[in-house]
Amino acid sequence: MGESDLVRIGGTAAGEAAAPWAAIIHAALVAAGIRQAAYVPDAGLARLIEMLRHTADVKTVSLTTEEEGVALCAGAWLGGERAVLLMQSSGVGNCVNMFSLLGSCRFPFLAVVTMRGEWAEFNPWQIPMGRATPQAFEMMGIRTLRVDSLAELADTAAAAVSMAFDSDQQIAILLSQQLLGRKDWGAQ
Amino acid sequence: MKFEREASALDRRSAVAALLDQRGDLLVVSGLGSPSYDVFAAGDHDGNFYLWGAMGGAAMMGLGLALAQPDRPVAVITGDGEQLMALGALATIGTTAAGNLSIIVLDNGEYGETGGQPSHTAHGVDLCAIARAAGFASSMSIADARDMPALGAAIRQASGGPRFVRLAIRPGSASKTLPPRDGVFLKTRFRASLELAVT
Repeated sequence: MGESDLVRIGGTAAGEAAAPWAAIIHAALVAAGIRQAAYVPDAGLARLIEMLRHTADVKTVSLTTEEEGVALCAGAWLGGERAVLLMQSSGVGNCVNMFSLLGSCRFPFLAVVTMRGEWAEFNPWQIPMGRATPQAFEMMGIRTLRVDSLAELADTAAAAVSMAFDSDQQIAILLSQQLLGRKDWGAQ
Repeated sequence: MKFEREASALDRRSAVAALLDQRGDLLVVSGLGSPSYDVFAAGDHDGNFYLWGAMGGAAMMGLGLALAQPDRPVAVITGDGEQLMALGALATIGTTAAGNLSIIVLDNGEYGETGGQPSHTAHGVDLCAIARAAGFASSMSIADARDMPALGAAIRQASGGPRFVRLAIRPGSASKTLPPRDGVFLKTRFRASLELAVT
């Protein structure tokens, strides 16, 4: 594993510098009293996942596919806990029918989505679902809050948490690819 | 491959009724279609959450609930078709330490709601073996009504899981005994029964 890999997976102090947004989202989730965090691993989310895995009072669940997390979050709320689903934009399409659970029952829902396929994308296979991600959420009644710069992140995260859990809304925070930075593909 | 079903397969309604007899503080999530009708027919209860859609979501909803309520036993009662749509969820649950969770699959080898088309279990796909391989603490198949009281007692334990139970039920649907379809009502009723805030 080279140095660039270490930075990308965020498992070191270098990960903190590489993903300053992760600490901001983490603080918002902790302040909101999140107790369950479900995720499909993603390079962009690695630092946040690692932080949540080491947060007392947060149970993390690694999923095989993202729609599992939609149902998990609904079950958590049924039992009195707040949950968050972390996923890459390519996972949003996997969730579409499961989103009907949220609308039918007005379950609070909070997703943190790392965008791919929209800015400096190297992999053309990421582009179709990246482009469709906002519409996929919105057509199922989930509001998207897009974040393009670090300066607006804390406010947006706090607003998303409040709307989800105080007002029983379904909210997805979309972290733009520009905010996340380019994925390092090594020497071409 | 043709799979021979057990001659002693259970009647679905009486099996579910036996399972939920003297349920104590058991919380129940039921999968869409006949399992929701079966659970409702056994007696409506504030601690029941009946799914009418979100196919493939029952087991994971049970997991979220079980993690949130570790001191209460949680049972997911669903069908073979619904669980087949979420085999990955069995892998996910197998990696957790949800000792209070039981996944109970009513397996008749067919899609009862849609005309009785054979499901993969009718061709020999073995859900118990899959759950065992996924790391469930226990996995068993039951085809004899005399085993139901012991099973009922086991799933009322808030530890020892996650358990996987396949109930071999006879093909064919029972009458459509329909639970409420209003998801907001079901959610609010369930949460109120746990003395959680209703927003």
